[in-house]
Amino acid sequence: MYDAVIIGAGVIGSAIARELSRFDLNICVIEKDEDVCNGTSKANSAIIHAGFDAVPGTLKARFNVLGNRMMDTISKELDIPFKRCGSLVTCLKGQDRSELEKLLKRGEENGVTGLKILNRDEILEIEPGVSDEVEFALFAPTGGIVCPFNMTIAYAENAFTNGVNFMLNTEVTNITKENDHYKINTLNHEDGNKDVLETKLVINAAGVYADKLNNMVSERKLHITARKGEYLLLDKEAGSTVSHTIFQLPGVMGKGVLVTPTVHGNLLVGPTATDIEDKEGVNTTAEGLERVSKMSGLSVKNVPLRQVITSFAGLRAHEDSDDFIIGEAPDAKGFINVAGIESPGLSSAPSIGVYVSELVEEMLKPNKKADFNPIRKGILNPETLTLEERNKLIKEKPAYGNIICRCEMVTEGEIIDAITRPLGARSLDAIKRRTRAGMGRCQAGFCSPRSMEILQRETGMSIYKIGKNGPGSEFVVGKNKEI
Amino acid sequence: MENYDLVIIGGGPAGLAAAISAKDNGIDNILIIERDKELGGILNQCIHNGFGLHTFKEELTGPEYASRYIDMALERKIPYKLNTMVMDISEDKTVTAMNHEDGMFEIKAKAIILAMGCRERSRGALNIPGYRPAGIYSAGTAQRLVNMEGYMPGKEVVILGSGDIGLIMARRMTLEGAKVKVVAELMPYSGGLKRNIVQCLNDFDIPLKLSHTVVDIEGKERVKAVTIAQVGPDRKPIPGTEERYTCDTLLLSCGLIPENELSRGAGVKMSPVTSGPIVNESLETNIEGVFACGNVLHVHDLVDYVSQEAATAGKNAAAYIKGERSNSGEKEIPITCEGGVRYTVPSSLRPALMDEKLTVRFRVGDVYKGKALCLYYNDKLILKKKRPVMAPGEMEQLDLKKEDLLNTPDLSKVTIRIEEA
Repeated sequence: MYDAVIIGAGVIGSAIARELSRFDLNICVIEKDEDVCNGTSKANSAIIHAGFDAVPGTLKARFNVLGNRMMDTISKELDIPFKRCGSLVTCLKGQDRSELEKLLKRGEENGVTGLKILNRDEILEIEPGVSDEVEFALFAPTGGIVCPFNMTIAYAENAFTNGVNFMLNTEVTNITKENDHYKINTLNHEDGNKDVLETKLVINAAGVYADKLNNMVSERKLHITARKGEYLLLDKEAGSTVSHTIFQLPGVMGKGVLVTPTVHGNLLVGPTATDIEDKEGVNTTAEGLERVSKMSGLSVKNVPLRQVITSFAGLRAHEDSDDFIIGEAPDAKGFINVAGIESPGLSSAPSIGVYVSELVEEMLKPNKKADFNPIRKGILNPETLTLEERNKLIKEKPAYGNIICRCEMVTEGEIIDAITRPLGARSLDAIKRRTRAGMGRCQAGFCSPRSMEILQRETGMSIYKIGKNGPGSEFVVGKNKEI
Repeated sequence: MENYDLVIIGGGPAGLAAAISAKDNGIDNILIIERDKELGGILNQCIHNGFGLHTFKEELTGPEYASRYIDMALERKIPYKLNTMVMDISEDKTVTAMNHEDGMFEIKAKAIILAMGCRERSRGALNIPGYRPAGIYSAGTAQRLVNMEGYMPGKEVVILGSGDIGLIMARRMTLEGAKVKVVAELMPYSGGLKRNIVQCLNDFDIPLKLSHTVVDIEGKERVKAVTIAQVGPDRKPIPGTEERYTCDTLLLSCGLIPENELSRGAGVKMSPVTSGPIVNESLETNIEGVFACGNVLHVHDLVDYVSQEAATAGKNAAAYIKGERSNSGEKEIPITCEGGVRYTVPSSLRPALMDEKLTVRFRVGDVYKGKALCLYYNDKLILKKKRPVMAPGEMEQLDLKKEDLLNTPDLSKVTIRIEEA
């Protein structure tokens, strides 16, 4: 019997798992995909919002501001790239400046510090990249950017190291309440095995599927719509187009798109917002990409769209109530929903993690673990070393002298680390999210055969099992002349 | 820090030919730096034949062609480092490189030849909408899997782009047992060589659909189907022309991009048309003593021309190192291209520093039938060469004579232009 089963290993499930791993509890995270960080957490704006956007009094407002404040500590403890680059909401000529004032007031009410409305000259001083149409902007110095993969993976790794069990490739097919506990039916996507888990508490962090799980046990039905956002990612050569996250006030063309540098030095443009039926509908569309391209130019001058290296779409879990739903279902004791976590979900993950762990603490009254280790070391990036340190490392571990990904300059040593560390990578996408191998301008054209080889060597996996992202996504179908 | 007279970045066909030529022109202190585990570059995975018709008057496979040059380099005992990645080139010609034996190290060079080759345009850069499943490969990645690792990347294939690697892979995948259903090409003409269309598509009854592109990719884990549509003159898909092909693989052969991140880092000026360095008659970039050749300079169709071009770069680098080129402020005469000529390599020349003959290579921007290539010195027509067909997929060249250039009074520009025949 588990004390708590967390369903979903996105940033929310992983953050909760990490905070709960401080206690003497038997915890399991169940994830339907082959890796953590495989849903909404991997395809979003990679922004830590300041917190002026959400309506005061909402859970979104509360957890956003709290989460933002926690990021300095969390990024240090978990060794994840995070930068307070600041954000600007731009008001174009002809747009209503009072909208910025509303945001400013809202932000102050939410507890956001340092907000200020800038005029064009003041904007140009800190952000010369804005378009000629930009007249005013709301400046939020606490806004930041983060690597969402690293953040989620770091939370999960730290939870794992502190004793949390992870079941990957495992889908929840049913949940039933049995007196004082729950039975969870699971299906393993790798071997087709069915299993039943028993747990005192269920924590529903299943993203776009959170409504489905809630509705298995609760009569207070939830309804989550997958709201698609499409993005364009640009080459690092375009990364210095702007140095802040540039938002747009909604205008005649609808809700704006943002233009932002990423922590890795690329430029990210997006998203769109389209409600769709398919909860796996992460395809991009010609219209969506076109819209993002067009809209980006409203607030930022000369977005070098020729330097797009990839496009992607993510799904936000939008609940009909338009706010996060966090807490025990009213008619299902021990079933804790963490649902409807759309934007600012990433920013809120640290504070949601703490809050949910406090709920669990109240319910189960567990002891604190004496040996909880809050520190997680990330994959060593040799570029952060001095020449002497780097050469010492290569002498000890020659794999750090082999560049596998030419575009992102990722060494074999880093890829081996990604595979062999806790919750290690078992697919090329998993390697990519951990090391950036394949994330550069050639989009894995050169490194994928070599990464496949390393994965095969380090894990003993059959080449026919090595895929992009789990079962069904294998790369090769047979030997020559044998298909 | 080690010192070399000449450091050559890349041990593919361009780097090898440049090294051999520099050696034969009296330079001994040479280092070739190659990132892969063997010399020969991309030729190692090009196991089809058709290489070397110009150079050796026979049809060789890619590895055979490479091995001739590798043997020549070995005979000359030209030093090289394998598995070595150049991380940075500075403007003062300091090269920072790394491998697992030497660690990270710096080399000071008197001259550098850039010969890093090119990469393939990715799906992301093409902005093809749809899902992002496994089964989408650049043609070169598929070629490596099949020809070097012995694995088939798929069974039922759609190819976007009619670049030469894509055409070659259509035949290769067919011979290895896959079904290639269609090759779609965005442009109204093929991007590859005519002979590859005939030998790789026509001979295997693989349809080539010109003015078509991929408008959707289906499949969440692995590619399940690809939809192609006809495009109009604006290259935008025409609604109602969609055709869906079930398949498990989409190969992309939509153009090659010279790999010039290192060059840019060093401050080398680039041509927006070729995405390669801007060079003069010596194939020298804006940085004195830094030369470029092969696909890093501009994408070639035939390796024979890469070898020729690289030999020129090697020879000029040797002359530079030996101090034989009096760089007494000789005026650079621009080579301008007009009327359908997209670019020229080189894009400028100094007649006094030329060999007796200078080969200028270029591409045209459209298919031209029954036209003529015209060469002007100032406004004087020097040459008018009838060309039955010219196409973007086939590189053109003209030879310029030093004597003629020197004999042109007040030479201020050279022009290459397409005109009525």
